[in-house]
Amino acid sequence: MALNGHRGDIEVNNDEDETPTKPLRSAREEMTPDDPADEPAGGTATTGGPGASARGASLHRPGTTRSDSLRRSRPPFPWFGMDIGGTLVKLVYFEPKDITAEEEQEEVENLKSIRRYLTSNTAYGQTGIRDVYLELKDLSLCGRTGNLHFIRFPTYDLPAFLQMVRNKHFSSLHTTLCATGGGAYKFETDFRTMADLQLQKLDELDCLIRGVLFTESVVVSDPSECYYFENPSDPERCEQKPYGLQDPYPLLLVNIGSGVSIMAVYSETDYKRVTGTSLGGGTFLGLCCLLTGCSTFEEALEMASEGESTRVDKLVKDIYGGDYERFGLPGWAVASSFGNMLTSEKREGVSKADLARATLVTITNNIGSITRMCALNENINKVVFVGNFLRVNTLSMKLLAYAMDYWSKGQLKALFLRHEGYFGAVGALLELLHPS
Amino acid sequence: MAELDRVEKSSHSLDKSITLPPDEIFRNLENAKRFAIDIGGSLTKLAYYSTVQHKVAKVRSFDNTAKEASSEKLYEISVQEEITARLHFIKFENAYIETCLDFIKDHLVNTDTKLIKATGGGAHKFKDLIEKKLGLKVDKEDEMTCLIRGCNFVLRNIPHEAFIFTKHADSEFRFQNTHPDIFPYLLVNIGSGVSIIKVESEDKFERIGGSSIGGGTFWGLGALLTKTKRFDELLQLASKGQHTNLDMLVKDIYGGSYGSLGLTGDLIASSFGKSATTDKEFSKEDIAKSLLHMISNDIGQLACLYARLHSLTRVYFGGFFIRGHPVTMHTITYSINFFTKGEVQALFLRHEGYLGAIGAFLKGAEEDNPNQYSWGENYAGSSGLMSASPDINPMQRARSGTFDMLEMDRLERKLVNLPLLEDPSSYVPDTVDLTVDPLAREYWLFCFEDALDGVVKRAVASQPDLPEAVERAEKFRQKYRHKLQTLRQQPFAYGSLTVRSLLDTREHCLNEFNFPDPYSKIKQRENDAALRCYQKAVAALDALGWEEKQFALVRGVLAGNVFDWGAKAVSDVLETDRDFGFEEAKQKLEGRKPPLLKTQNQNMSFSTPHHCCCCCLFQSGPPHKCAVFFVDNSGMDIILGVMPFVRELLLRGTEVVLASNSSPALNDVTNGELQILTETIALGGGSSARPVCVRASVPRRLDKELTIVVRERRADLVVIEGMGRAVHTNYFARLSCESLKMAVIKNPWLAERLGGKLFSVVFKYELPTPPPPAAPPMKEEEEEEAVFSP
Repeated sequence: MALNGHRGDIEVNNDEDETPTKPLRSAREEMTPDDPADEPAGGTATTGGPGASARGASLHRPGTTRSDSLRRSRPPFPWFGMDIGGTLVKLVYFEPKDITAEEEQEEVENLKSIRRYLTSNTAYGQTGIRDVYLELKDLSLCGRTGNLHFIRFPTYDLPAFLQMVRNKHFSSLHTTLCATGGGAYKFETDFRTMADLQLQKLDELDCLIRGVLFTESVVVSDPSECYYFENPSDPERCEQKPYGLQDPYPLLLVNIGSGVSIMAVYSETDYKRVTGTSLGGGTFLGLCCLLTGCSTFEEALEMASEGESTRVDKLVKDIYGGDYERFGLPGWAVASSFGNMLTSEKREGVSKADLARATLVTITNNIGSITRMCALNENINKVVFVGNFLRVNTLSMKLLAYAMDYWSKGQLKALFLRHEGYFGAVGALLELLHPS
Repeated sequence: MAELDRVEKSSHSLDKSITLPPDEIFRNLENAKRFAIDIGGSLTKLAYYSTVQHKVAKVRSFDNTAKEASSEKLYEISVQEEITARLHFIKFENAYIETCLDFIKDHLVNTDTKLIKATGGGAHKFKDLIEKKLGLKVDKEDEMTCLIRGCNFVLRNIPHEAFIFTKHADSEFRFQNTHPDIFPYLLVNIGSGVSIIKVESEDKFERIGGSSIGGGTFWGLGALLTKTKRFDELLQLASKGQHTNLDMLVKDIYGGSYGSLGLTGDLIASSFGKSATTDKEFSKEDIAKSLLHMISNDIGQLACLYARLHSLTRVYFGGFFIRGHPVTMHTITYSINFFTKGEVQALFLRHEGYLGAIGAFLKGAEEDNPNQYSWGENYAGSSGLMSASPDINPMQRARSGTFDMLEMDRLERKLVNLPLLEDPSSYVPDTVDLTVDPLAREYWLFCFEDALDGVVKRAVASQPDLPEAVERAEKFRQKYRHKLQTLRQQPFAYGSLTVRSLLDTREHCLNEFNFPDPYSKIKQRENDAALRCYQKAVAALDALGWEEKQFALVRGVLAGNVFDWGAKAVSDVLETDRDFGFEEAKQKLEGRKPPLLKTQNQNMSFSTPHHCCCCCLFQSGPPHKCAVFFVDNSGMDIILGVMPFVRELLLRGTEVVLASNSSPALNDVTNGELQILTETIALGGGSSARPVCVRASVPRRLDKELTIVVRERRADLVVIEGMGRAVHTNYFARLSCESLKMAVIKNPWLAERLGGKLFSVVFKYELPTPPPPAAPPMKEEEEEEAVFSP
C-alpha cells in the first residue's frame, strides 16, 4: 500500500520523527527568499514575490505542526480538492515544497509524475488551464508547506480527465478523492469505473463557505484576497482597492456559476442558502452563443466589451425623455432589457457585440437586483460575490459594485475575492485534511 | 416599468374600411359624458359615463280607506321610467381607432364635454387624431396613477374580480371572494419592463421596485432568437416547446436531486445553460419556452422578495405580458408557488386590461366622485372573460376585430356585508360553485334554459298594453340564451358561476329589454288571494296549544315556501291547478320523511323541524331583542307562512326587521310590496309592533340601511327563508348570533343530489360559535342542526 510518498502506513511508521522546522527550511530552498510562513507569532507574515504569499492557517499553527497526532491524522499525498460544476471542473492541488531528501527518495514514481506533470505545465490537454496568477505560495497546510495550484477545465471534458487519471495510475496512490459540486454525485460511477477512484462526496455550500473563509484568512496581502471598487459610480475614478475582511459576519455570499446561489453566513458554522436564480453565467454564455454564434466565455466577454447595450435595451429616457421623477427613476436606468428589439429595423441595426453586451448587463443587473433584495430581507449589508462568472469579467464586477451602491444609496458594499471560482475546490481539500 | 410600447407603429395601419356593429358596442352615447381613453401597444380602451332610462315597476296601495273593504285588490302596479347611471368601457384594436372616433363623433349629442382624459403609451401618438376627430382636448394622466385607481375600483366593486389560475384543475380559474378591505396589496405590472407597486390606500401607493426583465425582454429576445415577430406567436411557440433541451437542470448537474437543499432534479439550475455546451440546433419552440420560463421565474422571484420585505400577501399581476394569456398566468403562478412555498398566491384580475382606462376615467370624474357609490357589473352588457384555452381560441389576441365591453351600473346604495357575520373576510355566500362542479353546472344551465319559455311568456303577459313587448321579449330570449351558451363554454366568464349569478344575469337581461317585473301581476293576484285567508289561518293557530302552535308556525313558513314560481316543479302545478292552496302545500310536505342525513363538516344536511327545536328557539331564555327575517316569495309564502311567525315574535316582544329584495326577481316579494303588506296586516300588539321593512338588495352584500338597523336594534336572531337565500347561498354562513335557516327543496335534481326527495325541507338552527373558553365555562350545546324526527 503506497501512501503519502512514504512506504507503508503512516501510523505504522510513527517512529519517523521530524523536527518542525526542517521541512519548512527545505521548502525555503526552492521558494522565494522572503520570510516563509513559519513565524506566524507576529501574525504578519510578509509578502511573497509576485505571487501571493500566505500565512499559516489559524487553525493549525506551523510552529507546533509536526506533532504525532497531526502526522497521524494527515492524509497521504497527493492532496487534491475538486469541485465539479455544471460548466467547469475546478481542481486545487497542493504541491509540498518541504519534501526531504529522504522523502524524495521514498516518493513513489506515480506520485512524482503527477506532481511534475501538474507543476511543470500551465495547460493540460485541449482545455485544462492552470491559473498561475492565483497560485498560493508558501502555504502551510497540516504541518506541511507548499504551493496551492488552481486548475480548471470544462465539465464536458471530464472523460478526458478521467482517462488521464487512469493513465497516471492515480488509483495506486489513493483510494478516495474529495469532491464537491453536482458532478461529484453525477459522475461518481464514472470515477469508479473509469478511473478506479472512490469519490468522497461533499456538500457544495459547506465546501464553498469553508473555502472562502480559509482562503481569506491565509492570504494576507498584495494582492489581498478581498477587494472592492472605490467610486463605483464614476468610471473615471473607479478603482480596485483591497478590503480587509477581518470581521466578515454577517455576510451575504453570492456564488455565480452556471446558476446563482445566495447564502447568508453568520459564522463559520452558521449559514443558510437564502435563494438562487437560474439566470447566471450559464445563461450569459448560452444566450450569447445563440445570439452571436460565439463558443467560449472569453469570446463572449471580448465581444461584450466592445458592444453598446443601450442600442438593445430600452432605457427610462427612451420612454419618458428623461428621468421618471414620479418614481425616482433616472433616465439612464434600463426600463426593458432587449426592449428595443421589438421591431425589425432596430434588430437589424445592432451588432453582435451590442447583443453580447446587453446580455451581460441584463444578467449582471438581475443578479444585483435579487442580491440587493436578499440583503434587505436578511438585513445584511456586506455582499461577497464569487464564482467563475466574474473571472476576467471586470465589466460585471464594476456593474455589480455600482448597482449595489446606487440602489441601496450607499448602504450595501459589494466585495469580491481573487480566487473567485475555486472556493468549493479549496473547501473540498480542507475536508480531506480536516474532516469536519 | 411602465407599459409603453410604441411598437406597432408601422405594423398596423389604420383601417377605415371596417364596419362596426356600433349600436351594440358604443351604447348610450346620446347622453355620454366624461370620456377617457387608454391607448396601449395594440389595444385601445375607451371609457365614458352615461345614463340609461328604463322602466321600473312600482306598487302603490289604494289609499281610499272606505273602499278598502270591498276592493278586490290591495295595491296597484304602475310602470315608471327611471334614469340610472352606467359606466361603459370598450376595448378594441388600435387599428379601429379612427373608425371608432368617427362613430362616436356622429353619435355624441347633448354633451357639454370638453375634455378627454388619456393615458397609456399610445396617448401621445393619437393625441392629434383624437383632438381633431372628437373636438375634445386631450388631457394626459400619469399611467401608474390611473392603473392603481382602476385596480382599486374593480377590486372594490366587482365581485370575483380576482382569481388564481390553476392550469390542470377542473376549472382553471378559482375566483376570490371580495375582501372587505382591499388594502394593502402589491401590484406587479409586467409591461415591457416590470413595475412593482405597493398600494396602501386609495391615494397612497409607491413603486417599491421593478425589473428590466419583462414582457419587452421576452418579446425582444424572443424575436432575435426565433425570428418570430409577434408577441402572441412567441407565446404560441412557447406553449409547444420543451425547456429542458436548453435549460441546465439540477439533475443535469447532480444526476438527480440536490437533496440536502431540497432542490428537485427538475429545477432549472441555469437557464439556457445547455445552449453554451451543446452544438446542436435548437427549435424555436424550445427556445421560446426556455425564455418564457426564465422571465416568468425571475419576475416571480422578485415579486416574492418584495412581498416578503413588505409583509404583503396579496399580489396581483397585470400588464400586457399577463393579459389573459393562460401560458404566462401559468408560469407566473408556478414561480410564485415555488418561491413562497405556497404562502403567497399569484392573483390575476378579470378586467385587468381596463384598469388604465377606468383610472383615467375616475380622474376625470373626480367632481362626480364615483367612489362614493357602489357599482355593479352588468352581466347583460359585459362581454365576460375570454376563453383561456388556447385550443379553443388559439389566437384570441390576434387582430380579430372583436370588441370587448364592460358595463357597470350605479347601485342605488352602498352595499356592505351583514354585520352579524361571524367572519366577514371568509364569508362565501354561494353554497355550490358551478365553475368547479360540472354536473351541477350542466343541470342548472339546462334548468334555466328550460325555464326560458315560461319567463318570456310571463314577460309578455306583464305588459299587456304594449304590443311591441312580444318583440322585446324575443330579444330578451335571444340575449339570455346566448349568455347561457357562453357560460356553457366559458363558465368562468363572469367570475364564479352560481345559481345566484344565473338569476342575476336573467334579471339584467330582462331589465335590458325593459321588463322590470314580469311576475308583478301574478304576485298581485296571489297576495290578494292569500290575504283573504290570513285571518282564518291566524285564528286556527291561536286555537292550538303553545307547543303545538310553535311547531305549526314553523311548518307554516315551510308550507308557504312551496309557492315559488322559480321552481318548475311548483310552477307546473300552479299553472294547471288554480285551486292548489296552502293546505295542499302542507300536505305536500306531510309525507316527507327526513332524508338521509349527512353532516360531515360542510355537507348539506336535511332535517325536519322538530318540536324541541322550535320550542328551544322560542322558549329558552328571555325573548329575542330583535329578529332579522330575510323573506322569499310573495303570496302564500309571505302572508300565510311568514306573517304568522312574525306575529308570534312581535307578541313575545321581539322587534322584527323584514328584509326583502329591493328590485324584483321572479315572484320574490319586493320591498315596495312588503311595505304595503305590513301596513295592511294587523299583526297585533299595537302599531308600535310593526315590523320594519328594509331592502336587502343581494344576499351577499346588503343595503347599508339594513346594517344600520341591525346595529341599532342589536339584532340577536337571524331567520333566512327560501332556497335562494338559505340553500343556494348562506347555507354554510356562520353568524355571530342565533340563526335559523328554512327552505323547501323544490327541485328534484337538487333533492336527489342531497339524498332527499322533492319537497324535503331544510331546517337549520344554529347558535354562534362560543368564544374561546377563557373564564366561565360555556354551555356545551352549540348547534341544534340535524335532529332526527323522533
